[in-house]
Amino acid sequence: MSALVIVLVLLPLVGATVCGVLVKGGRDATARSAGFAVSLVELVLVAVIWGLFDPSAPTRFQGESSVEWIPAFGVSFALGLDGIALAMIALLAVLVPIVIAYTSFTRAAERFPDGPDGEPRGAGGFVALMLSLQGVLVALFAATDVFVFYVMFEVMLVPMYFIIGRFGGARRQYAAVKFFLYSFLGGLIMLGSVIGIYVASGTRLGAATFDWAELQRLAAQLPESTQIFLFLGFFAAFAIKAPLVPLHTWLPDAGAQAPIGGGVILVGVLDKVGVFGFLRYCLPLFPLASQTLAPLVLVLSVIGVLYGALLAAMQTDMKRFVSYTSIAHFGFIGLGIFAFSQQSVAGSALYMVNHGISTAMLFLVVGMLAARGGSTQIADYGGVGKIAPVLAGLFLVAGLTTLSLPGTNSFVSEFLVLLGSWPREPVYTVIATVGIIFAALYVLWVYQRTMTGPLRGEAVVGGGPGAATARALAGGPGFSDTVDTDPPDATRRARFGDLSGREIGVLAPLVLLIFLLGFFPQPVLDVINPAVSATMSEVGVADPVGPNGVAR
Amino acid sequence: MGSQSFSDALGVDYGALAPLLIVLGGACVSVLLEAVLPRVRRRSVQLVFSLAVVVVALAAVIIRATSGAGDVVVLAGSLSVDAPGLFLWGTLLALAVPSVLMLADRSVEPGGVFVADPEALAEAQERVGAGSLRSTSSGLPSGTGTDTHGVVGRRGGAGPEPTTPPEMHTEIFPFVLFALGGMLAFSAANDLLTMFVALEVLSLPLYLLCGLARRRRLLSQEAAVKYFLLGAFASAFFLYGVALLYGYAGSVRLADIAASAAGPLRSDALLFAGLALLVVGLMFKASVGPFHTWTPDVYQGAPTPVTAFMAACTKVAAFGAILRVFTVAFGTTALEWRGVLWAVAIASMVIGTVLGITQTDLKRMVAYSSVAHAGFILIGCLAITPAGLSGTLFYLLAYGFTTIAILGLVSLVRSGDGEAGHLSGYAGLAQRSPVVAAALSFCLLALAGVPLTSGFTAKFAVFSAGLADGMAPLVIVGLVCSAIAAFFYLRVIVLMYFSDPAPDGPTVSLPGPMTTVAITLGVAVTLLLGVLPTAALEWAGAGTFLG
Repeated sequence: MSALVIVLVLLPLVGATVCGVLVKGGRDATARSAGFAVSLVELVLVAVIWGLFDPSAPTRFQGESSVEWIPAFGVSFALGLDGIALAMIALLAVLVPIVIAYTSFTRAAERFPDGPDGEPRGAGGFVALMLSLQGVLVALFAATDVFVFYVMFEVMLVPMYFIIGRFGGARRQYAAVKFFLYSFLGGLIMLGSVIGIYVASGTRLGAATFDWAELQRLAAQLPESTQIFLFLGFFAAFAIKAPLVPLHTWLPDAGAQAPIGGGVILVGVLDKVGVFGFLRYCLPLFPLASQTLAPLVLVLSVIGVLYGALLAAMQTDMKRFVSYTSIAHFGFIGLGIFAFSQQSVAGSALYMVNHGISTAMLFLVVGMLAARGGSTQIADYGGVGKIAPVLAGLFLVAGLTTLSLPGTNSFVSEFLVLLGSWPREPVYTVIATVGIIFAALYVLWVYQRTMTGPLRGEAVVGGGPGAATARALAGGPGFSDTVDTDPPDATRRARFGDLSGREIGVLAPLVLLIFLLGFFPQPVLDVINPAVSATMSEVGVADPVGPNGVAR
Repeated sequence: MGSQSFSDALGVDYGALAPLLIVLGGACVSVLLEAVLPRVRRRSVQLVFSLAVVVVALAAVIIRATSGAGDVVVLAGSLSVDAPGLFLWGTLLALAVPSVLMLADRSVEPGGVFVADPEALAEAQERVGAGSLRSTSSGLPSGTGTDTHGVVGRRGGAGPEPTTPPEMHTEIFPFVLFALGGMLAFSAANDLLTMFVALEVLSLPLYLLCGLARRRRLLSQEAAVKYFLLGAFASAFFLYGVALLYGYAGSVRLADIAASAAGPLRSDALLFAGLALLVVGLMFKASVGPFHTWTPDVYQGAPTPVTAFMAACTKVAAFGAILRVFTVAFGTTALEWRGVLWAVAIASMVIGTVLGITQTDLKRMVAYSSVAHAGFILIGCLAITPAGLSGTLFYLLAYGFTTIAILGLVSLVRSGDGEAGHLSGYAGLAQRSPVVAAALSFCLLALAGVPLTSGFTAKFAVFSAGLADGMAPLVIVGLVCSAIAAFFYLRVIVLMYFSDPAPDGPTVSLPGPMTTVAITLGVAVTLLLGVLPTAALEWAGAGTFLG
């Protein structure tokens, strides 16, 4: 299995190189197909590893391997999987082929900015960058050496920077630089703590090391004051990445300017590195500081839930809207992690997977809509359900999983988070629950404005030859919001139709997962739970929830 | 080594001294070659000879380092050949190889940077069809690097008969070899007087080299004058410091100063006043802020290959000397003076970073970045521990190669009248020349300290040493400055990749084999030290200074 884990890291990187060479050779279509094939092989590999993974194994990590890298710093290139890491890698492996398929085989690539020759940039370069990002992210999740984790944490910025900067929207330069600088600053603050814990291990363990297990053992010896400083360094990086509220401003820009496929991976997986970092690094390595500073994180999380929801409701741009819903969801995940109960932490870990799926779905549907109408403004759409019923239906599915309707995947995780947080943190739980109502508000409002009612909006009926008539028909004070009937022949003038078979094919696996995990989350929970229990025991907090699920 | 008997110390250990003797001897021979060779053959012979000297010296260093020969103090205690010294020598000589290649290159611009007479060259090129190029015997003055009025004189003397201009100023080769010899001696000097002599030997040729650009001469000469005047001041400070320290310790030997400081109680005023003045001189050479004011002007004005040589090698030599002085002479009193140098390090990092943001010329930006990096390196120097020593040495090696690669790449991007220094010239470079843009981006990311580049490994080594030695505030300032500095490195990458090129923008010269080799070497080492730094780290940590 350890060999498989190494292959899991190397395969996308090799695939990225091959794609890059093909693109350079001018064979864009071949590059896209090759990249898609590589991502499918990666998915199969992950499935095999998932099958081999033994939830009842006594060790913290499985499939471990370690190669000495920089002995002078005590660094080994060490990989190993626990349940949470495996779940994240699986999520990534599911999303990457979907993103590549969407970008390569649908109309999505038409939205890419023009290259130097005046033609839109080919998707081959995007595929190559995406695969390299996947390789780096797999290594990041699988790293059991803090130095390797840090290196991957910084390196993953480079492909994402180019994905946003080369393939993004109109303000892509600004968004790419903002994204890079925010993350890089966080990373450097974390570097301070990484060096700090390295030095501390040198003085307390005899030999300075970066081995995660060794450093976890060190946690028992570190005084709380030291832990708090080191915790804050890691926390700053993860809070920017996650993002928690005062540090979130880069996400709406990056999310809105990234190409749809980039946005899926950015918000769906890359941001999860922040919460993954809380679970894997902040809690086990600095247990005392985690407990002391938990109120800080809880406050930020709950603010995130409400603030994200409110701003999401106020957005006029659909991609920014998706980004803000994510900020609200990350608030829930933060709440679950720092409520320190088996249920809430497991809920958060599950939420990380589910949110990835929900956001991907929402982003892709928005992308398909935008590819038709040529705009991401909510106000440019109206009554789309009349001309594109499948698109509208899938938009509704995406919306419902975002607002955590029972029966969809997100409900299970959100419920677990709230249930598990209640015994220890009732106040925060109650406030966060209000966020659910807001979620219903912002999702349904957007759905109503874009999908229901009569056909209207520049992107739907305007812009073309009949634009002037459309405006004349729609104009006047009693504008169509109140009128429940279409203007005459609006359907004929509509500028686009429903989803193509390929687009439905791209979304189908996500819809399947949404309902599958909504009704049968147990397979994922089984994989996650051992890692959650281990984390709980490393933090050293008694679980407030009894074995029968009732608060003690 | 106070206990070493005098006769032992007088015996010359030629094995240990070989690299230094080869380089200085080579420099003398090079001067002779300049005198006896016909002009047309000078360039090729001088180039091959200089390269051979550097490579043989490098081989001698490697042989010495791998032979397991112990650390020795040679020439009556004036030079110390020890493990860090050998690492510094190796670094200097390794950096000299690409530097010499870039200096000799003539492909990037017609006739090379040091073409003796660009106007005559241009005329000759126009006349290429008229007749074969033959060597000239017009009585041009040669061997005088300061011949700044050459064009006027020659124009008068050329007369009606058209003559072919000489190829280039080949004096640069002996200059480089002398400067290199001075650097080798500077970083190995075991007493302050030797250090001063070495300082002058390395500085004077550099002053001349700075002023030798034949295009944009005023800028180049201004840089040389500025460098010379400020350098002279710095030398004076250094010498005054040496005098005060001699007054304190009764010796200029580094180990004797340490022994005096540890000895019976006496006033420390002379010791610390001497140290302060000494430090001013040393920091000037290393372009540590606030003693950096010459750096941007000289970096911008000097011919780019000279800038590369200066930026990489001078920094190594100067920090080598700083390390040795701090460790050997002042290691015992570190607690008392370190606070002041904290302020210097912070000033350097902040000045370099903040002023770097405001620059619009890439060479000036690299200059300010070097000031910021000097602050980072100083953190390693201030940690007077084995980890600090090895981290600093590694940093110097990594930084040198990255800088050479960057300046090599900068020299390729040209607009009509010379290098396109202004940042706007880099807009859309990735579309014109993807390889140059990719290499430059990689080197800039290395300067920013992104992992998997040598810049990160080096920063990690230095910062971890600093933190382990109780310098957490300095390290935090360093990290914050790194984050801010990332902005201006990133700005260049943004310009190159995401902006559209200007229609009348600069062109990218196709580099000749020599510049290509130099840049490739720099980029390859930057990558190698980022991914597999173990061997270099082990060599850097192989030993400590010999007092």
